[in-house]
Amino acid sequence: MSTVSQFLEAARQKTADSHERTAVRKAIATYDAKVADGKARFADWQNARAIAAGKKWDAINHLDRYLEQFERNVTANGGQVHWAEDSAQARQIILDLARQRGVKKVVKSKSMVTEEIHLNEALGVAGIHAIETDLGEYICQVRREPPYHIVTPVMHLTRGDIAKTFGLPATTTAEEITMLARDRLRQEFLSADMGITGANFLVADTGMIAITENEGNARLSFSLPRIHVAITGIEKVIPRFEDLALLWPLLSTSGTGQALTVYNSLITGPRPGGEFHVILLDNGRTSLLADAEQRDALHCIRCGACLNVCPVYKSIGGHSYGTTYQGPIGSVITPHLRGAAEWSHLPYASSLCGACTDVCPVKIDLHHHLLHNRRNAVRQKLDHPLQRMAFRLWLWAMQSPARYRLGGKLAAWAGHLGFKPPRNFPMPTGQTFRGWWKKVGQASRLSNSEKSTRETRVPLE
Amino acid sequence: MRLGLFIPCFIDQLYPRVGIAMVTVLRRLKVDVDFPAAQTCCGQPAFNTGYWDEARPLAQRFVEIFSGYDAVVSPSGSCTAMVRNFYPELGVTPPPTFEFAEFLVKKLGVTDVGAKFPAKVTYHDSCHTLRELRLKDEPRQLLRHVRGLELIEMDQAETCCGFGGTFAVKFPVISYAMDEVKCASIAKTKADYVVSTDSSCLMQIAGYLQQHNPGVKTISLAEVLAAQ
Repeated sequence: MSTVSQFLEAARQKTADSHERTAVRKAIATYDAKVADGKARFADWQNARAIAAGKKWDAINHLDRYLEQFERNVTANGGQVHWAEDSAQARQIILDLARQRGVKKVVKSKSMVTEEIHLNEALGVAGIHAIETDLGEYICQVRREPPYHIVTPVMHLTRGDIAKTFGLPATTTAEEITMLARDRLRQEFLSADMGITGANFLVADTGMIAITENEGNARLSFSLPRIHVAITGIEKVIPRFEDLALLWPLLSTSGTGQALTVYNSLITGPRPGGEFHVILLDNGRTSLLADAEQRDALHCIRCGACLNVCPVYKSIGGHSYGTTYQGPIGSVITPHLRGAAEWSHLPYASSLCGACTDVCPVKIDLHHHLLHNRRNAVRQKLDHPLQRMAFRLWLWAMQSPARYRLGGKLAAWAGHLGFKPPRNFPMPTGQTFRGWWKKVGQASRLSNSEKSTRETRVPLE
Repeated sequence: MRLGLFIPCFIDQLYPRVGIAMVTVLRRLKVDVDFPAAQTCCGQPAFNTGYWDEARPLAQRFVEIFSGYDAVVSPSGSCTAMVRNFYPELGVTPPPTFEFAEFLVKKLGVTDVGAKFPAKVTYHDSCHTLRELRLKDEPRQLLRHVRGLELIEMDQAETCCGFGGTFAVKFPVISYAMDEVKCASIAKTKADYVVSTDSSCLMQIAGYLQQHNPGVKTISLAEVLAAQ
């Protein structure tokens, strides 16, 4: 099945799944309340967004310089930086590192980039056991499902659903479920040879990586095994250590409504006797960088705010997209990262309501980029030929008032003959404003003496 | 001041009463308007579907048609946003163009148009009016001055109704699911009417209400303001 057909079918099923839609609605309602409180802690949220966007603009527009600075500093700190052009290269780097060191077991903390490169499958094929240690991701792994959301992987599940996943009675409490996962995962942490994490920020001027989390599992993942491999997209670099003072609370506020997440770690190099590797992934990001119009999509700090506010996401859920990154940001970047030919339906699957753009903490012009992607798809002739013909005919009709009026009359006749438009939208009746204006409106225009003096005072800019 | 009226194509064809109501209110305020009959569509359907080359000639046409006017006023936030915010993306400089409520409140300085509409209403923020034109309070100011009108805010006032032009036709299932959420929020207010600056949203909302909640009616802001 094509990506479009899969999307349409998934959307049809998910919009009808009231259990899942209710779970998502409740989760997002809780999030909304926390985020409102979180934003109120900022003296000026809008100003904070503007400053953060400025920092990311600087980073992205001088990406070459900051990435090389980051590499130099990581190397000086005793770590090693690897550059991966695409998913295959990134997987190969990790597999080579693992094989050369005889790694049998890997513990992973939450990382969307490892989802992007399908790392777990590759490790599995190579006979390396990979265990997700973020509770949400662990539940996904047990269910053999991709994350539903970039921040909240099992947003769509109720406590009862999760209990069922673990074969527990529906009455099991959240604490009991967590303790079960904790018991299982502790053993894995202690026996793993390698820890794989993502990174929320790459700090250029110190060569540190910053990891934001709430469960402490990332700390255990990078500190217990001897080898730590962090993999992340090149867009995560930030110029200065001090930038975290804003970007950390901004990420946690937009991500979960927390002032700061429970754990924030900075990794400066390998632990004594250990190894520290950072893999910097391109995988299409430089093609986005080359697009001056949409370059700001690389500002993204993966907070998930645009998903949570999106009425389309809330209706169809995270799995329908079929992408690593769901929601508005996913529909903006996926055609760039994975090819417009297969993914151009996503920018069209939006009412362009703009709620995403308003909440984005780093001011990505999300909904306008959806428009740009639509225009790009037409320019690349990825549109349906019939649709193209229809719009050309429509333009021809709209360029002449006579043809426009005729079109309206034809539609009215079709309506009288019983033609039904899509959904239950109305058809023209033949009564038009221009008809009224010609007969009635025009004749009763105001004379100069009747006009108010008010309008002469109107400033028109 | 020469004020030109832009009546979006779907209002001309489907909801002429909205345009008539707007003219009625402006005349009551002794503001003269003209309707250049050569106008057709602003080009938004093509623009939003990615056909910028097909939208551009209509943008240029719009500018020529309204070149003899000092300003343009329109009963649609969506089409106003197309002209004001998106014509520049097509390389076309738009004439000063205002949404009706915006024109009344911000340009004429009027919040009481002498209307009377004894009913409970809730206001739906159209996405383009709210997030492209940044008009949130202006329509509400006008509603608050209507005699007999009780304005009840819904919890999801700013949530999209799910119309989105060709989106509603290309993805009817998603559009309908969004409509459902919007109408549930409307129903909770127990209002008699849903009011909006944009008749396209109201068309979408009415589609759901007619089937599931026929007691609630839709009405444009212009019609409420014309009522006496």
